[in-house]
Amino acid sequence: MSGKGPFGRIDWITVILYVLLVFIGWINIYSTSLSDTATSIFDFSTLYGKQLFFIGLAFLGIIFVLFVESSFFERFASIFYVVSIVLLLGLFVFGKKIAGATSWYDLGFFNFQPSELAKVTTALALAKFLSDIQTDIRSGKHQLYALTIILLPALLILPQPDPGSALIYFSLFFVLFREGFPLYYLGILLVIVLLFATTLMFGTVWVVIGLITLALLVYTFKKATLKIPVLPVIGVIVVSTLFSLSVNFVFEKVFEQRHRDRFALWLGLEKDEKKLEEIRKTIGYNTYQSEKAIESGGFFGKGFLEGTRTKGDFVPEQHSDYIFSSVGEEWGFLGTTTVILLFSFFFLRLIHIAERQKSDFSRMYGYGVISLLVFHYFINIGMVIGLLPTIGVPLPFFSYGGSGLIFFSMLLFIFLKLDSNRLKDGI
Amino acid sequence: MKKLLLSSVVVIIGFTFIGRLSYLQLFRFSPDQILDDPAIKKIYDYPERGYIYDRDGKLMVGNQPAYDVMVIPREVKPLDTVEFCQLLGINKLEFLSKMEKARIYSPRLPSVLVPQLSKEDYAKLQEKMRHYVGFYIQKRSLRYYNTHSAANVLGYISEVNEGDLQNNPYYVAGELKGRTGIEMEYEEILRGRKGVKHIQKDRFNRDIGPYKNGKLDTLPKQGKEIHITLDKELQEYGEKLMHGKRGGIVAIEPKTGEILAMISGPTYDPALLVGRERSKNYSKLHYDTIAKPTWDRSILAQPSPGSPFKTLNALIALQEGVIDPSTKFRCYHGFYVGNTLRGCHCGGGVRDLNSGIYQSCNAYFAGVFRKIYDKYSTTDEGMDVWDKHIKSFGLGDYLGTDLPTGAPGRIPDKEYYDKWYGDGRWAASTIISNSIGQGEVAATPLQLANMTAAIANRGYFYTPHVIKSVGNSGAIDPKFTTPHYTTIDRKYFEPVIHGMADVYNYGTAKWLKIPGVDIAGKTGTVENYIRVDGERMQLTDHSVFVAFAPVENPQIALAVYIENGYFGARYAGHIASLLIEKYIKGEITRKDLETRMLEKTLEHEYAKPYTGEPFKINEREW
Repeated sequence: MSGKGPFGRIDWITVILYVLLVFIGWINIYSTSLSDTATSIFDFSTLYGKQLFFIGLAFLGIIFVLFVESSFFERFASIFYVVSIVLLLGLFVFGKKIAGATSWYDLGFFNFQPSELAKVTTALALAKFLSDIQTDIRSGKHQLYALTIILLPALLILPQPDPGSALIYFSLFFVLFREGFPLYYLGILLVIVLLFATTLMFGTVWVVIGLITLALLVYTFKKATLKIPVLPVIGVIVVSTLFSLSVNFVFEKVFEQRHRDRFALWLGLEKDEKKLEEIRKTIGYNTYQSEKAIESGGFFGKGFLEGTRTKGDFVPEQHSDYIFSSVGEEWGFLGTTTVILLFSFFFLRLIHIAERQKSDFSRMYGYGVISLLVFHYFINIGMVIGLLPTIGVPLPFFSYGGSGLIFFSMLLFIFLKLDSNRLKDGI
Repeated sequence: MKKLLLSSVVVIIGFTFIGRLSYLQLFRFSPDQILDDPAIKKIYDYPERGYIYDRDGKLMVGNQPAYDVMVIPREVKPLDTVEFCQLLGINKLEFLSKMEKARIYSPRLPSVLVPQLSKEDYAKLQEKMRHYVGFYIQKRSLRYYNTHSAANVLGYISEVNEGDLQNNPYYVAGELKGRTGIEMEYEEILRGRKGVKHIQKDRFNRDIGPYKNGKLDTLPKQGKEIHITLDKELQEYGEKLMHGKRGGIVAIEPKTGEILAMISGPTYDPALLVGRERSKNYSKLHYDTIAKPTWDRSILAQPSPGSPFKTLNALIALQEGVIDPSTKFRCYHGFYVGNTLRGCHCGGGVRDLNSGIYQSCNAYFAGVFRKIYDKYSTTDEGMDVWDKHIKSFGLGDYLGTDLPTGAPGRIPDKEYYDKWYGDGRWAASTIISNSIGQGEVAATPLQLANMTAAIANRGYFYTPHVIKSVGNSGAIDPKFTTPHYTTIDRKYFEPVIHGMADVYNYGTAKWLKIPGVDIAGKTGTVENYIRVDGERMQLTDHSVFVAFAPVENPQIALAVYIENGYFGARYAGHIASLLIEKYIKGEITRKDLETRMLEKTLEHEYAKPYTGEPFKINEREW
């Protein structure tokens, strides 16, 4: 490693993994969008042609990032953040509505989605704020600032409406946890989710019985030396009970039927076979079809371009959010595990890189990048294989879409650029 | 800890995903699911539907070819619409709307443009077909009826509907399925199994050869022919006699329980429900709510049985030992219930069992009925015993035939009357109408015929059925070859049968004797009421007749029920007599009787309640 030039100390392992993911993604987009009238792969009227063009743009973006002085991103992080907030606000006036959501600016040749840009800038801004010498993560006021940085774009994206993208911002909490934000917040969040799900599945009475049993078990089997005060435990049970009761109220009165149906499908709440079938055919349709397609792939898959369900367009939105189902059908269990392993190594490698940063800003930004990517990956594949309810977020580097690919790539390469400069930071 | 958090999350997610994928792709995957893969085309090879023969091997139902004109919209080239429409026998508007429908269904899959052309139309069209690109003719198999009778027994087939598709994965949209009668009951035998060829299609929807070299393909399995117990000639003759009359007739061979004829009037030609006019004809039949031709009266009508029911009360009384054949009752041109006199047509005087039956004396049977109940200390006990005996003749419940419909009739029990009158507030005299087959009892013609068969057999019957054999000699369900014994001992049947034979010798049917054939029978004249526009009105009595012959070694037992035919000996008696002669002798010697039945109709009776005018019932002249 010479240490010179824009590519000098870049982490080639990550780059190779990145290229592999983009390549496999495009292969599958090609398979899902190949039509009866086959033309050249450079035909920009086709989805795979366009995606190839976007890959080219992403490459330009990457070159740009690599040539820029790495301190540039840290210095202008706040300005980028403000710009993207302005762009998000601008959508309320100038936005173009596509598929029911006002999330795009029409740039003529290309629809630009500022919520993708905002992911990059929010990660930068958060890293900048947290790495500031004056910021103390243990102070309540600073915790509040950090939360505001994360939640402001989410709040602006939610009414587009694009709840999927808004949800993604919560992943940035991992940065906070890494930097010393109390972990029990995560614990509380998990308990809330668990209480919510179990209340819907078993009802308040059983949840309370379960909690009391749990408490009694703890008291029975704990070491005699361990002292657990009784009063707070009772308090927790009472609060949980109240929460459980409120869940029922929220579920019945605040949620709309389509939300209820989603939960009914996900948690297996609906016992009536006929109604279940009905829900499956309407809002569960995509998931049902994608599960079927993946299932039909078996161990070896049906082979490239041989996916009968992919060919027949049985899975809606297969080129974008449901791209993973095409991997499942055509490449089988071998293909899906390969992709999962690739992603996992990719993330672990990035975490490794983040941890070796000397500069706080680089590390925190790195964590922001990783959290965002992991969250996308988790929600997207979780939905496609039927583990999570339907939430529309793309699979990074895989799903069709220009803004997504370009900003994910820039997000990643800004981090790699920071990393390539890590040795200078100490000086 | 905080450094490991995100790494652990990544690893946990990875394991969860791979776990779920193993479940989906390794555990839930099965090579068969290729069968509902929409990208693999399935081509079906339909076997011919099995033929239906009568008991003597005469063909009743076969198949005929029909020709559908099919269209694949995206392959259609410009054509001379006017000429083409003329050939198809449809107008241009119809043609255009059908083309549009086909296009909406699928531009690349075939749709039916004109269904079920006749052979003649097909011949005309065939030579010109090559001028019309994108259209072709597909041969199908339709039912062909070698008889104009037995429509309700044979049943019909029709295209499967959404419900069938959901309930039975065998069927594919567009297939035909037995919908009623024998076609429905023996659907799987008649249908056979279709063969399937799997064709792999490429992404341009072109066939690229057999899927997996035809490893999953199956050959069609022929439908089997079946022989049914109906006697084609007797059935056809019976329907001819029913001309202009409403009612039901069932004839059974007592020693086997085989149904020889099952006639419902009015009926229709089964061929009406085949071919292009099918749906028009079906609506016409289905929506005739007054004559109800599709309502099989022989197994669904549940009138009061009337006087034939008296024979059972006699048998029960003999079995219970409360009378013997010489026990006498006096008839005062009726009998008293409390202080009211209930009428009787028998002429009055002292009646014993024999004359009680052949003169159909109401007073005699009221007395018999009371005696049965008097034997027991409580009415409830008496009711239970009476019920047990009556029900042993197959009355009051579904018989368990191999016909898809049926009706249970009604034999009341003590719970029924407790609900009606209150516990302990009724007695034998309250329900005395049951003694003469009026009141609360009800039975289908099939049940009456079966009851008669049980009497003819002197104490047992076989569950009536229409299947004789599957294929030429295939066995049938053993439940049709197991005798059911009644609770009456064999010896008590003789005096009752003697009385029934005397119905023909001296009694109510003495004008209906068949020379050379001994018949035992019983007339019935059943009062009945209907509601028209909410107003209850009495109509002319139903004419009922049960009979079997010959008295020794019976070959046929039947029940005839003619709506508003007045005396049992009139319409029902005539028809019963003619059918027995036809079946036993093969020809009719009493042409006058036959002509009368063929010519007389009851349409004027059926029209009466709908005229809006006051009308007379039970007119002497006929």
